[in-house]
Amino acid sequence: MIDVEHLSKSFGKNLVLDDISEHIQEGEKVVIIGPSGSGKSTFLRCLNLLEEPSAGTITFDGAVITGPKVDIDAVRRQMGMVFQHFNLFPNMTIRKNITLAPVRTKLMSQAEADETATTLLRRVGLEEKAGAYPAQLSGGQKQRIAIVRALAMKPKLMLFDEPTSALDPEMVGEVLEVMKELAQEGMTMVVVTHEMGFAREVGTRVLFMDGGHILEQNEPHAFFAHPREARTREFLSKVL
Amino acid sequence: MDLAQTYELWRGMMRDGVSLEWWQTFFVRFYQAFLEADRWQSYLEGVGITLLTTAIALAIGVALGVVVAMLRTAHDQQRPGRPRNPVLGAANALCKVYVTVIRGTPMMVQILIMGLVIFSSSRNFTAVGALTLGINSGAYVAEIIRGGLMSLDSGQMEAGRSLGLNYFDTMRFIVIPQAFKAILPSLGNEFIVLLKDTSMISIIGGQELTFFARNIVTRTYDAMMPLLGAAAIYLALVLIFTWLQGKLERRLRQSDRR
Repeated sequence: MIDVEHLSKSFGKNLVLDDISEHIQEGEKVVIIGPSGSGKSTFLRCLNLLEEPSAGTITFDGAVITGPKVDIDAVRRQMGMVFQHFNLFPNMTIRKNITLAPVRTKLMSQAEADETATTLLRRVGLEEKAGAYPAQLSGGQKQRIAIVRALAMKPKLMLFDEPTSALDPEMVGEVLEVMKELAQEGMTMVVVTHEMGFAREVGTRVLFMDGGHILEQNEPHAFFAHPREARTREFLSKVL
Repeated sequence: MDLAQTYELWRGMMRDGVSLEWWQTFFVRFYQAFLEADRWQSYLEGVGITLLTTAIALAIGVALGVVVAMLRTAHDQQRPGRPRNPVLGAANALCKVYVTVIRGTPMMVQILIMGLVIFSSSRNFTAVGALTLGINSGAYVAEIIRGGLMSLDSGQMEAGRSLGLNYFDTMRFIVIPQAFKAILPSLGNEFIVLLKDTSMISIIGGQELTFFARNIVTRTYDAMMPLLGAAAIYLALVLIFTWLQGKLERRLRQSDRR
């Protein structure tokens, strides 16, 4: 589904991603872990071009999306993104947060979008919050809404950038639960996270990043049971 | 004996060198500045034109400010690593020159240049003055708006774009409504500054409040009363608008305390 070839990204003189090549299949749940500053968020943000790669190509569904003539908005419509800090729009109700993009991009009529919003909100148990504003919600609720907002665009792929890192510990579970359900439905997911339990339970593949490289990757059970690299073992010994 | 007769009597005594009580002198000067020959109508007319000039200047200023701020922000927010849009680049350079020149030269000089050089053949001094004030205000409003747009968390723009909304929709529905609330206090201040600065267009013959006050000074050879009167009127206007601004801000803040 996504082919990344020789992807590099530098901010000024600071090389954050160093010649990364990776292939993500449809239906995979790829979990990216690693120390802070390892480039994992930058890698994720390159996938939907929130960061412009300095070198290399990214192919999505058979089409190169890093070229100069690409309709970037059309590409992003097919990739949902969930942010660490939710980034809900505080000036709109929850319903409007969810329906704005599908309606403006002519994916749905307002009536269809409202219906989609209601269905999705019911799924995450927040149906009664449709008329509320983001400021009235808890962090866990905001993040569940943010997931719903991304899903309303009917994306083929979901990107999660540390979705639980800004949450109170007691709210992490409710967000992970929604993500788990999404995984069970077969959504292709790329998740940057520090939740090792989630990586083990939901991931189909774990990537360990350090210093702008994918240092090691494996199927989760093997990855956590028998990490090959010394750096991976060191990292895991600190976080587990 | 009514006021007019009292005035005539006491003024005659002053002219004859009779020494009056201070309150009698005050009355004569006050009557002369505001009531004689229905002069209060001049002040009223001046206030009307001052408010009209402010409104026109504000409209021009906000229109210019929005355009300049949008162009400059759009230029600054182009995606790094891609070739930059040359049209935006030229527009941005032009906007920068505009803001620099306007903010770098005194308003008084700008008014004199517009009135005596660029529009030297025009007789409509008030309109030229309003135009000058608008152009001047536009530079400040542009910076206020640009500050508001840039102060917004970049995550808002990213969230909009990641949903597949284009740049203009994201600005229109997400960034601008939030920025507007943030810049309202500064815009209110700019409005008050503008209201007071209209007094400067009297230098090229713009017929607003200060112009009429100065006219009465030359007519009556007494500067104190007309000028203090004009000052009091400006102060009253500013107090009214400050109060209105406070009300509006409180109302907007209420929507935050959901």
